[in-house]
Amino acid sequence: MTETTDTAAPAKVPRRTAAPPRGGPRRPAPPRGTLLRRLTPWLFLAAPLALLITFTYVPVGNMVYYSFTDWDGVSPDRSLTGFDNYVQIATRPELFRVFFVSLYYLAASAVQIVIALYFATVLSWNLRFRNLFKGILFFPYLVNGVAIGFVFLYFFQDGGTLDSILAWFGTGSDRAWLGDPASANTSLAGVSVWRFTGLNFVLFLGAIQSIPAELYEAAELDGATRWQQFRHIIAPGIRPVVGLSVILAISGSLSVFEIPYIMTGGATGTTTFVIQTVKLAFQFNKTGLASAAAVVLLLIILLVTWIQRRITPDERVDLV
Amino acid sequence: MGKKKAFTGALLAAAILTAAGCGGQGAPSGETAKAPADPAEASGTIKVLTHRTDLVQNGTMAKYAAEFNRTHPKVKVEFEALTDYEGEVRIRMNTEDYGDVLMIPAAVAKNDYPRFFAPLGTTGELGARYRFGDKTSVDGKVYGIAIFGTANGFVYNKAVWRKAGVTEWPTTPEEFLGALKAVKAKTDAVPYYTNFKDAWPLTAWSNDIGSVTCDATATDKLAGPVSPWREGGELHTIDSLLYRIVDGGLAEKDPSTTNWEASKGMLAQGRVATMHLGSWAITQMRDAARRSGADPDDIGFMPFPAQRDGKFCAMLATDYQQAVNVHSGQKAAARAWIDWFTEKSGFSAKEGAVPALRSAPMPGELEDFVDNDVTFLERSEARTGEVNTVDNAAEIGLNKPDYRQKLVDTARGAQEGGLEEFLADLDKRWNEAAKAAGS
Repeated sequence: MTETTDTAAPAKVPRRTAAPPRGGPRRPAPPRGTLLRRLTPWLFLAAPLALLITFTYVPVGNMVYYSFTDWDGVSPDRSLTGFDNYVQIATRPELFRVFFVSLYYLAASAVQIVIALYFATVLSWNLRFRNLFKGILFFPYLVNGVAIGFVFLYFFQDGGTLDSILAWFGTGSDRAWLGDPASANTSLAGVSVWRFTGLNFVLFLGAIQSIPAELYEAAELDGATRWQQFRHIIAPGIRPVVGLSVILAISGSLSVFEIPYIMTGGATGTTTFVIQTVKLAFQFNKTGLASAAAVVLLLIILLVTWIQRRITPDERVDLV
Repeated sequence: MGKKKAFTGALLAAAILTAAGCGGQGAPSGETAKAPADPAEASGTIKVLTHRTDLVQNGTMAKYAAEFNRTHPKVKVEFEALTDYEGEVRIRMNTEDYGDVLMIPAAVAKNDYPRFFAPLGTTGELGARYRFGDKTSVDGKVYGIAIFGTANGFVYNKAVWRKAGVTEWPTTPEEFLGALKAVKAKTDAVPYYTNFKDAWPLTAWSNDIGSVTCDATATDKLAGPVSPWREGGELHTIDSLLYRIVDGGLAEKDPSTTNWEASKGMLAQGRVATMHLGSWAITQMRDAARRSGADPDDIGFMPFPAQRDGKFCAMLATDYQQAVNVHSGQKAAARAWIDWFTEKSGFSAKEGAVPALRSAPMPGELEDFVDNDVTFLERSEARTGEVNTVDNAAEIGLNKPDYRQKLVDTARGAQEGGLEEFLADLDKRWNEAAKAAGS
């Protein structure tokens, strides 16, 4: 609530000088005006708050409510069933087995962060065409996920682009990349790396560029190599952003959806938790159970984030 | 800080209250949607929700509407084509705004029909006039009229099959597999194309339930813990055939990247020999043949390879059913449109489909079936509601592609397990769900 008093304070100054010179004891400002002044920030916040509540908290509230019902998604009838759906989720191990698929994406996010970090570091130094490279690296993130799914479907086709490229290098095989669970999940995770590296890259680049240039100069004068500069200036300087990326990577891996949904529809062992939830809700009309699954996923992600924050607490970076 | 927390709490509480406050709709009237006696009297603007985006975009539907206006000058028909029809309409059905005429989404449970749709007449009266009425009949009243129906079977390229030396329709699954093997040995064509990636074509196999034993009530018999995949059961025969096709290397090499649109051309040009689909696909395949310069007459259609008393049976299954929104203010005009579209538009003949109107003739596309005395069986839908309940509770999905995708994966070794083990698991899940649902 500090904002309110901060904004209110300067407003008092002109009022005092503009007060009519009638003398007499100065009375406190009329309550209406104070109220208005107190309300001002809330008035500014009204529109965003209304949007936030309508499109974030009401749906989440709805979802939590549905998770306690046996609603089928269409019928006007729904009855409260208590914790039935949660009991089902807890007692059906096959519903959790799909989390193993997330491990592929988790491994991929590690690769993705390393690649992004490497390029962000290299491109933060003076390099020819570095803006061009920045553009090229960021570009995939701008492409619509559905389009990416379709493009990579051709890419992984039996005898498709990937097989042709491999053939140039003499390792030509025509194989069904999406044909068995291991290679399908690896391929899909690869697509996700291709797509999201750009985002990590931009975050890292921004953080690196906010490190004062004098530090590099000083380091260079002292004869530090590029690796030493990275090790002692860049890496500690961008730690909070790396931490953030790790959180995003973990929660992202747990809730992978569009790439596998579009490319394989969850066939051949590529079903992720979210795909399974969508199928429960929209194929088998178990909206209640699916909502409960969604709540569970939300809780898991909150928990992971909390643990992660506890392990690497948010610390101020002080390089100088 | 304390204040902030209290505020967030209040927000959440408000949100949950709002959420809980939703739901619950007024009871619908149950008044029958009757077409006006004099067509010229019907008036108003009606909105028709349809899944045929192609026909709305190329103006075909607008032409039908113009034709309709000749006899019903005061009715204005508007179309709303939805690409993801099922997904969008089922959500819109939580409001009152889902058009005046719509196709009944599969997600709506049969028992809920009276709350969403206006009754169109009694089962006896409409059943005599139209096929497929019992799919939507609840308590003696009918809530939907089929746009058309389809016969089920295999679309095949006659030239390729001839080249392989097979001219007679196989009469048993064994013979069918033998024919596919001959196709593989003697031609360059892929004997069978699963359309695995696009997935929905795999659901066509379920429409054969009944074709195997020539029993129109076969689907009804699935209600209850009856082990549908037991040895000798319809689904056992059907799914074993698919399994053995894939297991025997008679399907395409990489099912995970198949392409439905491309597959039409492949069948027309003889690069694929066979696909399992409804008879609605014949017109599309012939179109593809014309476009690629192949002979449309090479596209043939054969029934499921099983006979009873020396005769083939083909199940007739209904496509979408048209219904009138119970909240519609233009029920008479909406009904007039449905009647006209079903009986006078010529739509089903043009699509080469089985007409909903009993008196209309079978389409030319099914000539082979008619000539070879294939028995057409109208699938009984008397217990569809119960079957669907069990199916959803078991999370199997007879009309969803998922379990067959897994079957295909198992058959080609991408997932562990064998046929009998796989089918036994399905039986177990089905029976457990049926027992739980019955209790």
